[in-house]
Amino acid sequence: MSSTPVYINGIGIVSPQDTLSNLAFLEDVTGSETNILRCIEPNYKNYISGDLVRRMSRLIKMGVSASKVCLQEAGCGNPDAIITGTGLGCIEDTEKFLGTMIRNNEEFLTPTSFIQSTHNTVGAQIALLLKCHNYNITYVHRGFSFETALVDARLQIQENGLLNILVGGLDELTTNSFNITFRLGHWKTKPVNNLRLLECVTKGSIAGEGASFFLVSKEKNERTYASVTDQAMILKPEGHQEIISKCSVLLKQNNLSANDIDILILGLNGDYQKDKVYHEFIRIFPGTDQIYFKHLCGEYQTASAFGLWLGSMIMKRQLVPQVVRQKGEFNRPVRNILLYNHYQNLDHSIILLSRAS
Amino acid sequence: MTERIYITGIGIISSIGNNTRETEESLLSEESGINGISLFPTIHKDNLPLAEVRQSNKQLAERCGIKDDRFLTRTTLLGMVAGKEAVTSSGLNLNDGYKTGLISATTVGGMDRTEDFYKEYLSSPVRGRLRDVVNHDCGDSTERIAGFLGIKDFVTTVSTACSSSANSLIFGALLIRSGMVDRVIAGGTDSVTRFTLNGFNTLMIIDKKGCKPFDENRAGLTIGEGAAFLVLESGKLVKNMNRTVLAELKGYGNANDAYHQTASSPEGKGAILAMEKAFQVSGLKPPDISYINVHGTGTLNNDLSEGLALEKVFHSAVPPFSSTKSYTGHTLGAAGAIEAVISILSMKNRCIFPNLGWEIPMKELSIRPVNKLITNYEINHILSNSFGFGGNNSSLILSKHSLSLMT
Repeated sequence: MSSTPVYINGIGIVSPQDTLSNLAFLEDVTGSETNILRCIEPNYKNYISGDLVRRMSRLIKMGVSASKVCLQEAGCGNPDAIITGTGLGCIEDTEKFLGTMIRNNEEFLTPTSFIQSTHNTVGAQIALLLKCHNYNITYVHRGFSFETALVDARLQIQENGLLNILVGGLDELTTNSFNITFRLGHWKTKPVNNLRLLECVTKGSIAGEGASFFLVSKEKNERTYASVTDQAMILKPEGHQEIISKCSVLLKQNNLSANDIDILILGLNGDYQKDKVYHEFIRIFPGTDQIYFKHLCGEYQTASAFGLWLGSMIMKRQLVPQVVRQKGEFNRPVRNILLYNHYQNLDHSIILLSRAS
Repeated sequence: MTERIYITGIGIISSIGNNTRETEESLLSEESGINGISLFPTIHKDNLPLAEVRQSNKQLAERCGIKDDRFLTRTTLLGMVAGKEAVTSSGLNLNDGYKTGLISATTVGGMDRTEDFYKEYLSSPVRGRLRDVVNHDCGDSTERIAGFLGIKDFVTTVSTACSSSANSLIFGALLIRSGMVDRVIAGGTDSVTRFTLNGFNTLMIIDKKGCKPFDENRAGLTIGEGAAFLVLESGKLVKNMNRTVLAELKGYGNANDAYHQTASSPEGKGAILAMEKAFQVSGLKPPDISYINVHGTGTLNNDLSEGLALEKVFHSAVPPFSSTKSYTGHTLGAAGAIEAVISILSMKNRCIFPNLGWEIPMKELSIRPVNKLITNYEINHILSNSFGFGGNNSSLILSKHSLSLMT
């Protein structure tokens, strides 16, 4: 779909890096030997009142804090819609209720963790705190969770005439979800230095988590980071040719050639097998600088939201932090950024960002 | 001009029928599907009712031509059955070059098998069969249904608790209107699990005798399971391909109650807003509505809040209404789509399916549901409500269409 662009006018992101203040931009990143990257959690009391903090689970707290920072930065009191995407939702509460139910043989259960286990909890809590009665929806589709939320936000603006949409992508990591996905072969069996993630030629990635919110608007303003111009989602492609052909269509309908893309943001996650498709993909962009981000946020269903944050920051600041550079000169003005990510080689997503001015 | 959205196919499975025909028969013969618990072991076996689909996983798999059901969850199997029926009933050819989307909805995903996995896993983190947990996430069921039906142009999953599949229809309509796809198979699927049964039980909102929506003595809901999908097509496609139309999705509204994580606001603010938005989109007015398929879970809170919202929106002229959850139980993420299909069957049969088990009017309300089958009733527009935890409220307006050739 070729369409009118929408603008990112505010961001709030809780991630394994120092990102929530929107001041630092990956200047002092330190690596560690690990296969898990957990979020740097803010002092929640700065964002949520004490009574509420105690009752909320970790993902709710991260999500609500991130959404507050985002709306504050954008100067938006009440968005016209709240749209969230999450792979597993409030998995900590889900595990808690499930575990207690099994251990206690269905007796002596309390409702709190069940209530908070539903996938729409964070979007609902944000609406509740804002007293926002507007359009509210949650998508729960693996590597398309955040992508669908972003598509919906763009359509709400383009088709339904809404002005400001709060869009979020969020997932949390728990000990159990790590253990189970570890057994499924998702993660490195030995700790690696996350800053040298792409150097290891082994299977698996490093696990991550995050809560990222964006205010997506119809109009640009002096705070605008970038415009989201187009998106493509490719489910279970039959080889890299299908991805490349979908990408070519996307470029063509936006009147761009491969050379117009100044930076490629790649979802490389250090799994040498699952990364192969990225190496095929970059061949159609021989002159484009390449960067990556999962060594900073880890792999999770909505990691592309971290990628979108990175692209937005680069566009606004016209600056590419050293720590994300993979290959290239990085000496040309950044007008167009293409974010290509896939989750488990099932859900492939392309997002085109352009400079707002 | 805004593209019109037509419904050209339906598929449904629930405790009152394994397909559309059986569902229709049960609705007309006023037979509820609410029964006991047989699908899983639970301490609630003898004291809580459920509305289970009367087919085993093996039987569901066989209907889909699948020999080995060990890698599929019940949620997926129910969705495959309903999705396949929707596509078949519409007679469409998915390979005709038009773009097709699949928007599913679920709240439990693969929880039925995760429960088995987790029991073992809790004894030791190295235990539990991985094949029982690999399908846990909600997207898994949708990707499998998409693969089974052969849809890949746009595939995603909605989860907004009990309004989930009403929202898949709303998003499906938006996708078509934007031109991103030409048609969408939209709906939802949820199986009964011990997780949801116990969850709702801890909230003390399960009626031990089976739900009695809008009755003064109602004591809660009954958990049900099922799936339903509807084929949505653009007006352009219907015209170009000379398609048979069952109904038009004329209006829809999504609003948030923003009152409490699980309870509805006393005055039904979110419900009122969702209905008002649906009227706005449809260009219709409250007096145009012939029948309301209410959310009507049977909980003290929902029915009062929804009832007051109806009185507010329709003033003194609330049209005939009923909760068909008295037939199917509350099918959670599938409820919106299941009730949209039931609404279309209501239109087709020119009748209103009653609110079974209803006896005594609620003292706070001046309205009462239809409690006996009404036949030969002219239906032009139906309002269908779906409200969920998190204040996620949605309303749909389904309209009779003059092109309708359904017999």
